Amino acid sequence: VNDLLNKYPEEIQTILSRYPAEQKRSAVMPLLFLAQRETPYVTQQAMQEISEILEISTTDVASIVGFYTLFHEEPGGHYRIQICTDLPCALRGAEVFLAEVSQHLGIGVGETTSDGMFTIEEVKCLAACHRAPMFQIQGDGEITYHEHQTLDSAREIFEALKNKARPAEEEQTL
Amino acid sequence: MTKHILLRHRDIPGLENLDTYRQNGGFETFRRVVTSMKPGEVLEEVKASGLRGRGGAGFPTGVKWGFLPNNRWPHYVVANADESEPGTFKDREILESNPFQFLEGLMLASYAVQAEHAYVYLRGEFWQIAIELERKIAELESAGLLGKGLFGSNYNLQLHTHLGAGAYICGEETALLESLEGKLGQPRLRPPFPAVEGLYASPTVINNVETLANVPPILEHGSDWYRQFGTERSPGVKIFSLSGRVNRPGNYELPLGTTFRELIYTHGDGIIDGANIKAIMAAGASSNLIMADETALDTSMDYEAVQQQLGTPLGSASVIILDETVNVGWLVNKTVNFFKHESCGKCTPCREGTFWMNQISRRIAAGKASAGDVDLLDSVARQIQNKCLCALGEFSTMAVISGIQQFREDFERVPEPQVDEEHSA
Repeated sequence: VNDLLNKYPEEIQTILSRYPAEQKRSAVMPLLFLAQRETPYVTQQAMQEISEILEISTTDVASIVGFYTLFHEEPGGHYRIQICTDLPCALRGAEVFLAEVSQHLGIGVGETTSDGMFTIEEVKCLAACHRAPMFQIQGDGEITYHEHQTLDSAREIFEALKNKARPAEEEQTL
Repeated sequence: MTKHILLRHRDIPGLENLDTYRQNGGFETFRRVVTSMKPGEVLEEVKASGLRGRGGAGFPTGVKWGFLPNNRWPHYVVANADESEPGTFKDREILESNPFQFLEGLMLASYAVQAEHAYVYLRGEFWQIAIELERKIAELESAGLLGKGLFGSNYNLQLHTHLGAGAYICGEETALLESLEGKLGQPRLRPPFPAVEGLYASPTVINNVETLANVPPILEHGSDWYRQFGTERSPGVKIFSLSGRVNRPGNYELPLGTTFRELIYTHGDGIIDGANIKAIMAAGASSNLIMADETALDTSMDYEAVQQQLGTPLGSASVIILDETVNVGWLVNKTVNFFKHESCGKCTPCREGTFWMNQISRRIAAGKASAGDVDLLDSVARQIQNKCLCALGEFSTMAVISGIQQFREDFERVPEPQVDEEHSA
């Protein structure tokens, strides 16, 4: 049984069709993104299933997960708040913004709120240097940009995300 | 004000829609080229325009296309949309707001080298852009602009997107190919060059998004028209991404050869709070620090002048402005930490060197340096130089060496930390 294949047969076929038939391995990253739509990190089971679909070893899949920063090996929060503090953003107040968000949520970089909703991550340049401070949210299998941020605007985004995530979680427990 | 050539969406609202793009002449060039020009003629026209790669290296685009051997098939074209250099955000604007001009450029490049499959490799953070591009590619297929036997010819073309997942190194073209093949994004030893052995060991052209966006106007109006912009050896227009301590950061499309002064003071509206400008980084984090004196400000931003007069490449023209409030010791810790994080780990000088530079520069930035740390940092940087497999290792040393050379007092004077230690990793 391959849960990923059972759940997303069409998406997986579409992904595989982009590459030559004998180069299936190229699909490893798109399939990992697909797996992270199911859980906020890549599970051992998902790595196993992807390795079966692509006929490569689970170790190969795991090495890809380890190398690329948008694939996660640990659960973390439902939403990852990824704040850019690279040079151009830092020149426009990103470090102060990070400290404010951190204080507001009561967690440091790399930590997760007690309700499991948010993890704060400090990330490298996201190609939005002219609209700093900014962050992206990774979660629900999506990545969204939020630019020209202040603590107030960020708080509104966090509240909206909490409301978005809660009904989904309640549904799951039913 | 002259109209934009690359950022045309700023003049034409709705240009991101296929109908609007076609109403403004979009894909007419592609149709004319496929139905009436030989691939070699397309290549010659682009060569004659003098267009140079906009990703940073500045290599002549037509020449690059001409390297593909015609006795080995298939050929591939890959668009590099991995835009990750700190200070660079130009490709993102093209992809979001003028995507069809980029796609038409990719299609023209594919025709020029007779590739029937082309890939757009986007950084993973451009997840939303990739979804939009997929939709637009589907629209082009429905409109008969992509697919088999285009316009009654025997030319077939399909486009595909591929998302990276957060690795700066994948902007390096051989690492990008490895990543597209489903492997770790680590650079290959060259030769063979991608033009001979690229994607799936086939001849491959890799071009930056902005480079490709230049191709439709060049083939529409001709190489002579294109050469009226820019300088003799750096023809055309360029998108300058301006960031840092300026009042109006953003993308500015200007002819190559515009001065730093015009970019910073006319377009960028000068320095925040009227402060004094201190230094310029011309190519993002991968830059030497340029002391912002009158000579530097009056330097023409073209590939030759910046290199010859200021001793540093123009690169991707991601211009980061530093004012008198910025401590260069702090800055160097930022750039070094970036490269340490992004080093792929394949070659030792880069992997170990960026690690140790990060340790030392962090001590310096925290005001905990011991005597000799600045010299040690300089020494580690110099030992990395000329020893790495790709340019990343080299880039990591540029701000370090040029910073210590010109602003040594900043490394010895402890800056007041803006934020307490606990929150800044």
